Amino acid sequence: MRVGVVTFPGSLDDRDALRAVRLAGHEPVALWHQEHDLHSVDAIVLPGGFSYGDYLRCGAIAARSPIMADIIDAAGKGVPVLGICNGFQILMEAGLLPGGLIGNDHGQFICRDQELVVENTDTRWTAGFQDNQHIVIPLKNGEGGYIADEETLKRVEGEGLVTFRYVGINPNGSLHDIAGLRNESGTVVGLMPHPEHAVEEGFGPDTDQAMRNGTDGLTFFTSLALEGVLR
Amino acid sequence: MSTPRHIDSVEHAAATPEVKLPYQELGVTDSEYQEIINLLGRRPTSGELAMYSVMWSEHCSYKSSKVHLRQFGQKMTESMKKNLMVGMGQNAGVVDVGEGWAVTFKIESHNHPSYIEPFQGAATGVGGIVRDIISMGARPIGVMDALRFGAIDHPDTARVVPGVVSGISFYGNCLGLPNIGGETWFDSSYQKNPLVNALAVGVMRHEDIHLANAKGAGNKVVLFGARTGGDGIGGASILASETFGDDGRPAKRPAVQVGDPFAEKVLIECCLELFEKDLVEAIQDLGAAGISCATSELAANGDTGMVVELDKVLLRDDTLTAEEILMSESQERMMAIVKPELLERFLEVTGKWEVDTSVLGDVTDDGRLIINWHGETIVDVDPKTVAIDSPVYNRPMERPSWLDALQADTIHTRERDNTSAGVMDQIRSVLSHANLQAATWITNQYDHYVLGNTAMATPDDAGMLRVDEESGLGVALATDANGRYGQLDPRQGAALALAESYRNVASTGATPVAISDCLNYGSPENPEVMWQFAEAVTGLADACVALDVPVTGGNVSLYNQTGETPIHPTPVVATMGIIDDVARRLPSGWQDDGENIYLLGTTGLELDGSIWADAIHSHLGGMPPKVDFDHEKALAELLSSAAHEGLVTSAHDLSTGGLIQSLTEACLRRHVGARIWLSELQERDGIDTVTALFSESQGRVLVSVAREDDVKFQGLCAGRGIPVLRVGVTDATQGALDIADVGVFDLDELHSLHESRLPEAFGPLVGGRA
Repeated sequence: MRVGVVTFPGSLDDRDALRAVRLAGHEPVALWHQEHDLHSVDAIVLPGGFSYGDYLRCGAIAARSPIMADIIDAAGKGVPVLGICNGFQILMEAGLLPGGLIGNDHGQFICRDQELVVENTDTRWTAGFQDNQHIVIPLKNGEGGYIADEETLKRVEGEGLVTFRYVGINPNGSLHDIAGLRNESGTVVGLMPHPEHAVEEGFGPDTDQAMRNGTDGLTFFTSLALEGVLR
Repeated sequence: MSTPRHIDSVEHAAATPEVKLPYQELGVTDSEYQEIINLLGRRPTSGELAMYSVMWSEHCSYKSSKVHLRQFGQKMTESMKKNLMVGMGQNAGVVDVGEGWAVTFKIESHNHPSYIEPFQGAATGVGGIVRDIISMGARPIGVMDALRFGAIDHPDTARVVPGVVSGISFYGNCLGLPNIGGETWFDSSYQKNPLVNALAVGVMRHEDIHLANAKGAGNKVVLFGARTGGDGIGGASILASETFGDDGRPAKRPAVQVGDPFAEKVLIECCLELFEKDLVEAIQDLGAAGISCATSELAANGDTGMVVELDKVLLRDDTLTAEEILMSESQERMMAIVKPELLERFLEVTGKWEVDTSVLGDVTDDGRLIINWHGETIVDVDPKTVAIDSPVYNRPMERPSWLDALQADTIHTRERDNTSAGVMDQIRSVLSHANLQAATWITNQYDHYVLGNTAMATPDDAGMLRVDEESGLGVALATDANGRYGQLDPRQGAALALAESYRNVASTGATPVAISDCLNYGSPENPEVMWQFAEAVTGLADACVALDVPVTGGNVSLYNQTGETPIHPTPVVATMGIIDDVARRLPSGWQDDGENIYLLGTTGLELDGSIWADAIHSHLGGMPPKVDFDHEKALAELLSSAAHEGLVTSAHDLSTGGLIQSLTEACLRRHVGARIWLSELQERDGIDTVTALFSESQGRVLVSVAREDDVKFQGLCAGRGIPVLRVGVTDATQGALDIADVGVFDLDELHSLHESRLPEAFGPLVGGRA
């Protein structure tokens, strides 16, 4: 598959996302924020970073960039979209996922190897996991606290949109320990932690077997190839 | 709107020799001012004085340190030069790391701003060193920070530490550069003068190296990046307010710069695209002394001249005077020399990245730097007199009168408590010493994953980054300095700083090849400090020759004082090593059960200046540990061979805190315990238990070896003449560090001894155990 990774000014993990796409066996395609051109990709990753300096709310300016109009369009037609960290923030600001993200409750930037439970495998990005599989991928953010009003929370819980939940430690004060969400159809997925930093032995989180050996993030990208898994 | 103001042009200066400029307020001495008049054949204009004052400052000109620093070049051997592609004098040194790759790295201080305004001071320290790396044509790939603060329990330390850490976190994280290591040290000698030394490392292909030499008359001088504002001007405002009177402008401008990492991130990507398209002849970042420095250095290095129209500088604040524009240290700016026929394409790239760009003027071949403002020439100087031929001082030096008494005051004559209970108590005190604490509270706030090439980072002995994804070629970096050793013997202290950072790099399996240094000392006007500095440079230069590693660049920071008291001499040394495949790196902690633990090197009675002396006796005296450079070199070669042949499963160096600290760190890295016995070590080296556990003898490394590799490994040590002794076995089942004849420490207790002090002082550790 051809998988596009968008670079906004201030994107930081775009190169990592391109590498993850390649390691998962797909063709990586670099996309530029000012273009109205998705280069006929089959799926899109919005990477982490501080798009446009995050001068307004995180992701708010990027959500209104030229390429996002095309991405919102494509998402509507079922093209899989994965938003990581700042990409998750952009998906919310673009209205593709419900709720919002605010500053961590403890007020600090936090970088740690984070345990998550995959609560929903009915998505284009998690189909390769087992239901309720526990995974460890890096988390690194300053504004990762998930918020939503009562009604929205009830809906995301009721409709099974919660895709990832923090396990052990809630690192940022997210409501209901929510780490990531999907849309109703399971094509759009967003999360705060970084699967693209756990795709290669030697450069990921520590595991019980060896240091920096965790590759739980790779399954996000290999899941894309599992066609027809959505119920 | 700014009111029109009288311009102190060259013509006006020549006609008004009687006008007195406030040079003393700018830090220019009577004799330096006279020298400027001699050079120009008239009094300087206020713009020229602004340039000379900043470029001839200690910070920019190294006027007190230069006579000593020459040793680094003079003592350099042919062998030390063999991998060196660019040496001292450029923005940063460049080392050939093989396979067509070059690495540039440099460590630099941002001490004084970080005390005044910890957050911005530290943030802009990171920004500045990263721009030095970009200026060489390299993509930055990582940062490190060597930090020294006042006493951990002093109330002001609780102001400085969170500010500095969040400043580094904010700027480094937003740049997308992994923070892979550094050091944190607490000592009351830094109470009013913390040290914030930031390191950046970058990579490029050999053919992509760029230099800061303006060549080719007719080429364009282009300023791009952030607009120029009123920050980081400090003293220069005096020129405006005192010479020309108050007109409603701020009388004083802020001395500390304000950083915008987003602007720098965009600038990095923009520069890399400019390099890739080969649109730049020469490039220089704007740091200290801003446009004054960039124009004069580019022209002086290129042996050319320059005409600059200062009105073309894009401003954030249109009330700035010409003098302030010349001195402004606004961040995130670069100056490039561009061929006229490539200018359009250059502007296309800066336009794509939405980076503000203005063409200021041309390179000339007459050897004059001419700066015009509002149609009049306000600067007409030989750029070499500004940038290169600054004053050189042979400042008086004097061996401190107190040093003999200090060195005679050894801790070794005091009785040592070698009872089991006594040793257990001493272990607890030493492990909970502020300077042996885990840096988790700090490194939790740094992104060490971004770019996907981090093979090692804190708490490993060194940071390690992959350079080439195909071959696995990588570099390892470690910074070290021990101010206590420096205070006892500045020459030996500098040699020890190199020995330790060299050994840290070697412990990862990499081969040390080059260093950068950041020399932090007190006031050069104090003859005792000047003596300490000179001794340190000699010690470091000689150690470099002994270990065959060149100094590629760095910086000197003087006037570091807490009140009237100089800081402990703190020569921070950053060693860079090469590893041909990062997959062969040596972890710093134990992984598997039942492996043999060996101690390489020998242990002597070397407790003076140690953490133990401070923790148990609040004592600083005697002589620091000795260094055997031949042994350090042989040890590094052994570790590299062992890594290459896969003979050891982990390696961890011994330094501050001694054996007990290394055992603790090796246990806690992967939460695997060990059973240790000291009797054979004590017998072989003729030492007591306290010495065995706490001595800071150099040249020692702890390694673990799988049983099947035992014979081969011992053979390797014997062949290289490295003393080796089995001191224990790893134990993944008991969850404890069991030291025979001393006692048993549960790993959870060790963890709490090792991790508690920073959270207690600065706030809870987010996420608990990371």
